[in-house]
Amino acid sequence: MTDAIEVRHVAKTFAVGKGRVVAVDDVSFSIPAGGVLGVVGESGCGKSTLARVILGLLSPDSGEVEIEGQKIAALDRKARARLIQPVFQDPFSSLNPLTRIRDIVALPLVAQGTLGRTEIARKVDEMLGRVGLSAEMGRRLPAELSGGQRQRVAIARALVLRPRVVVCDEPTSALDVSVQAQILNLLAELRRDLGLTYLFISHNLAVVEHVASEVAVMYLGRLVEQAPTETLFARPEHPYTKALLASVLTPEPGLGVPDVGLGDTLPDPANIPSGCRFHPRCPVAEPRCSTETPPFKPRASGGVECLLVP
Amino acid sequence: MSDTAAAAPLRGPRRGWRSAATWFGATIVGIAAFCAIFAPLLVPHDPFAQDLGKRLLVPFWMDGSDPHHLLGTDQLGRDYLSRLIWGCRISMLIGVTVSLVSGVIGITLGVLGGFIGGRADDAVLFAITTRLALPVVLVALAVVGLLGSSMTLLVITLGLLQWDRFAVVSRATTMQVRTLDYVAAAWCAGCSRFRILAREVLPNIASHLVVVATLEAALAILLEAALSFLGLGVPPPLPSWGLMIAEAKDYMFFSPWLIVIPGVALFVLVLGINLLGDGLRDQFGARSE
Amino acid sequence: MTALLEVERLQVRFGATAAVRGASLSVAPGETHCLVGESGCGKSVTALAVMNLLARGGGRQAERLAFEGEDLLKLSERGMARLRGNAMAMIFQEPMTSLNPAYTVGSQMTEVLRRHKGASQRVAIDRAADLLARVGITAPGLRLGQFPHQLSGGLRQRVMIAMALMCEPRLLIADEPTTALDVTVQAQILRLLAGLQRDLGLGLLLITHDLGVVARVATRVSVMYAGEVVERAPTAELFANPRHPYTQGLLRCVPVPGKIRRDQPLGAIRGTVPRIGAGFAGCAFRERCDFADETCQRTIPRRSMGAAHDYLCRLPA
Repeated sequence: MTDAIEVRHVAKTFAVGKGRVVAVDDVSFSIPAGGVLGVVGESGCGKSTLARVILGLLSPDSGEVEIEGQKIAALDRKARARLIQPVFQDPFSSLNPLTRIRDIVALPLVAQGTLGRTEIARKVDEMLGRVGLSAEMGRRLPAELSGGQRQRVAIARALVLRPRVVVCDEPTSALDVSVQAQILNLLAELRRDLGLTYLFISHNLAVVEHVASEVAVMYLGRLVEQAPTETLFARPEHPYTKALLASVLTPEPGLGVPDVGLGDTLPDPANIPSGCRFHPRCPVAEPRCSTETPPFKPRASGGVECLLVP
Repeated sequence: MSDTAAAAPLRGPRRGWRSAATWFGATIVGIAAFCAIFAPLLVPHDPFAQDLGKRLLVPFWMDGSDPHHLLGTDQLGRDYLSRLIWGCRISMLIGVTVSLVSGVIGITLGVLGGFIGGRADDAVLFAITTRLALPVVLVALAVVGLLGSSMTLLVITLGLLQWDRFAVVSRATTMQVRTLDYVAAAWCAGCSRFRILAREVLPNIASHLVVVATLEAALAILLEAALSFLGLGVPPPLPSWGLMIAEAKDYMFFSPWLIVIPGVALFVLVLGINLLGDGLRDQFGARSE
Repeated sequence: MTALLEVERLQVRFGATAAVRGASLSVAPGETHCLVGESGCGKSVTALAVMNLLARGGGRQAERLAFEGEDLLKLSERGMARLRGNAMAMIFQEPMTSLNPAYTVGSQMTEVLRRHKGASQRVAIDRAADLLARVGITAPGLRLGQFPHQLSGGLRQRVMIAMALMCEPRLLIADEPTTALDVTVQAQILRLLAGLQRDLGLGLLLITHDLGVVARVATRVSVMYAGEVVERAPTAELFANPRHPYTQGLLRCVPVPGKIRRDQPLGAIRGTVPRIGAGFAGCAFRERCDFADETCQRTIPRRSMGAAHDYLCRLPA
């Protein structure tokens, strides 16, 4: 069976002033069809840039992205749209404020240019119903909807072409917890019914644990650990993964706030440390961590990039 | 979280359509537009007909005025009210057409520069800088001086010289809109560049451009008046307000109303357009918050 | 023991919109009181009303609003300004909006102390450096000379906390102090706040939407929904035995690693928060509630479960 997404050695840097900011540095992974890969990391770790490269919105400096065995760089825009679609974080900036809901959802169908008006209208109404919005909502403007309803519209737009892969970039970060739960349940239900594959980017590890079958941890542009969700949460290997997991505040009273053990030097993508790029914050760093580049040590599934693990 | 945002619209003075100044501006522009469109039906006399027997009649608020000529007559005996109304038609025509010409040039350049970026944007920026280095009045004077004066030439000259603000504003707003997620979503939906520009970008920067258009129209009206005053604007006997002021300056000390009437008209119209522009800016600004 | 801050039946209106509808809460010295709720529930407005910092057009009314027994409703704006930043200080979600970009960290921090306590610049600088070190900032001398934009989000929030502590406040109100930060930094800042609160014996009113934060730092919790405090309880009691259907729903919404299987849906609360207009009566949660019946349209009783736990619902204890 082919993988739904195959990312090979993708790298992307941006010129900022005189220097270069490393956003994504030689990242490779694959997601089997029907899987959900959660990508976690702090702001500035390159997870959103990675999403944009995979969506074809940015072209990588090197490396390639294949979706269902087809290189996205070689696809035309219509073929690409039929394979992969996005759901973005901010439900307020992801919908054109001057366009009615049904026209927003119809956009991917209209861009294909193969269907007639009545057929498009039928598909749009069906899709709106699927994400739990009434056909009456279709006549409204985005400003008349709540955050959760807008995110449903964004999901409807992403799925109306029945793509194979959906890239969800922090889809619930801007929502309240009660609405977040609704949207997560909807995404899970649609994935089962339509056989979708998700790349699910989030900074919320509890959410990722709930939705993902596999988790990739990014730090300063590198993928430092990847493992099946149960393994990663039960036996994290990389010190950064451990710190991330320790900082998850579960609603369990009496446990207090954990000591994460990271210093207050924050990662700066314009100034990547030598050796292991996590060493300035690492609570267990050894002298060699600042000089030797850690190799990627493969595991049964995934792997880890750290000098200190066997 | 957004609790405080809910209270924001109540902060500050009344703006946009809730402000009296906006309505005042809109009323002036409305009246001017009405006069401009229906000028041939509104004028009580032929604005070009001379009657040397009735030269320099005084307007209605002075002793010895003629009830047939409410605002009196000029040095050639032409009805001043009719010339004022006709002049309004000319001013509005200049304002609208110059805005259109400069708008088409400026928006095209600005949107393309802002949307494509890179080399194209560098070229647009260079064009804007070059344009800003040109002294508008001097170039207009030179062109009209070389090629003679006509309405069409004036509109084209001013249009070619006034597109910079359109370009600057449309470039900046396009760059802003371009980074928004709905534009990214439209790329991912498989839309063509043209569709994204026409359907996603342009409608969302249009409100800013309307504001620029009002400012440009006001500026064009003032420039036309200035050029006409110098005898290089619209050719006589067309009753442009600037030309009326120029013709009246010889009679300034004996018949001051000849200068005051078109001068006040010019001031009120430009003020009205600017008030409307400010109101629209606040209205759109409030909405985009 | 008298409460540090007492708020009884607070009402805040913005024109026709009621943002807070009869919220009551109290903060005792040395406790961390969490005010939790979703966006638009009125939790930030409550804090701003206490500080008398409501946006223009906002009016507040209350049966009682007192700080250390002093009636804040009767206090003049001058008297309020004397308290604010002094005995009661506030920290906001986005430190960049409350730090002045044109002044250095040092001059902003010392200004507070000089204004309220009339301290000399020398004394103020020493205290500022001391506090920066205390909130875990290395090289405080260097940071004092820097401008806010030269600091990262986590550092800015630490500076805000240090600045709030300059005049040794007895009450600290923190409005979503860690929402804009990364999870690792959030844990660091919360740990710091909890430690300072314990060491200095501060009363801390922490406003948040994050039940994880609530569980880990709060002594007592007030749950807000649509401008009302719908449930109040000690933290352990609230999480073990939530009584209000909204609290119960909220707790079911939060994914907890290892608790809910991946293929199981999360418990979601259906619908959205209603708009509350004038003349609204009854329970604001009834449209979304599984237990609602027609009696929910009438006035809802406040039911008590022991001394410290009460909730606003028709359902009996």
